[in-house]
Amino acid sequence: MTADKPPPSLEDLDERLRKARSAQEHAKPPTRSGPIGQALRLSTEMAAALVVGAVIGWNLDSWLGTKPWLLLLFLVLGLAAGLLNAYRAAKRLQDAVDNEDKSSGA
Amino acid sequence: MAAGESPLEQFAIKRLVEINIGGVDASFTNSAAMMVIVVVLVTLFLTLSMRGNAMVPTRWQSIAELSYELIAKTVRDGVGLEGRKYFPFVFTLFMFILFCNLLGLIPYSFTVTSHIVVTFAFAAFIFIGVTILGLVRHGAKFFSLFLPEGVPIALAPLLVPIEIISYLSRPISLSVRLAANMMAGHTIIKVFAGFVVALGLFGIAPFVFLILLYALETMIAFLQAYVFAVLTCLYLNDSIHLHH
Repeated sequence: MTADKPPPSLEDLDERLRKARSAQEHAKPPTRSGPIGQALRLSTEMAAALVVGAVIGWNLDSWLGTKPWLLLLFLVLGLAAGLLNAYRAAKRLQDAVDNEDKSSGA
Repeated sequence: MAAGESPLEQFAIKRLVEINIGGVDASFTNSAAMMVIVVVLVTLFLTLSMRGNAMVPTRWQSIAELSYELIAKTVRDGVGLEGRKYFPFVFTLFMFILFCNLLGLIPYSFTVTSHIVVTFAFAAFIFIGVTILGLVRHGAKFFSLFLPEGVPIALAPLLVPIEIISYLSRPISLSVRLAANMMAGHTIIKVFAGFVVALGLFGIAPFVFLILLYALETMIAFLQAYVFAVLTCLYLNDSIHLHH
């Protein structure tokens, strides 16, 4: 029975190889941080920007002698930058999840 | 662990060889010794495991190839084709941090990456390098990174400082994340190890927990090295392609 079947053509083999390779390329990354890792990531993003804002404000204040107004201003800006950082990081995490769903769903 | 020893004792820097150059303390410390060990071990691991270069890889060769492919894929996905040039840098960084993290888990060794000085040096180097790269590639256009496209010009005085702070915060979040992860994990392990001794026979409960914690810490050691590489790629990508 099996002897009647012609051997698979080279094109067929090529096709299967390509399929296997693309499956390999779109395989999900071996590591995904858990919820704790994600929370830690987002919080460091926020805190870091706040610290930078505070440092800039503090130094400008002692340089220009405008204590404490620039510190307050840059704390607010730092907070905004921190939120922006966290927003972008969260968006990247979400994009990664979406891509994964798409590739595993297809 | 001797009774009464602090769980933070493991992070102490000890001078092994005192070197003083013109009033600058350049002593060879346990941290430096650990870095030398890491560099030697990474070099040995990669050269020895790839020596056979067999079609059907041995176990060691598989590990080396897996780490290579993981970072190659990260760079390709994160930066694109232009990123290939920077693969050696990202791969070196990843292997160095990974080995620092993993070797730190061996009792009585020292975790280089638990010190923010070390991680901040990495992060500052990446930050400065990426900024110079962006300036060289795009010139003044590089600063368009600080003003997102399609934003009304009236909002620029508010948005530009925010974007600049966000940009400046990168090396801090990058370095704090790695150092904090390493330090917190190692401190918790030591604290629980202290319970095992203090509780005597009942110490079996924290001991079991300690084993689980060790598994978690091994995973975190790997994960944090990977996250460092991923974020390096991300910052490279921003400098090369000028968008977030």
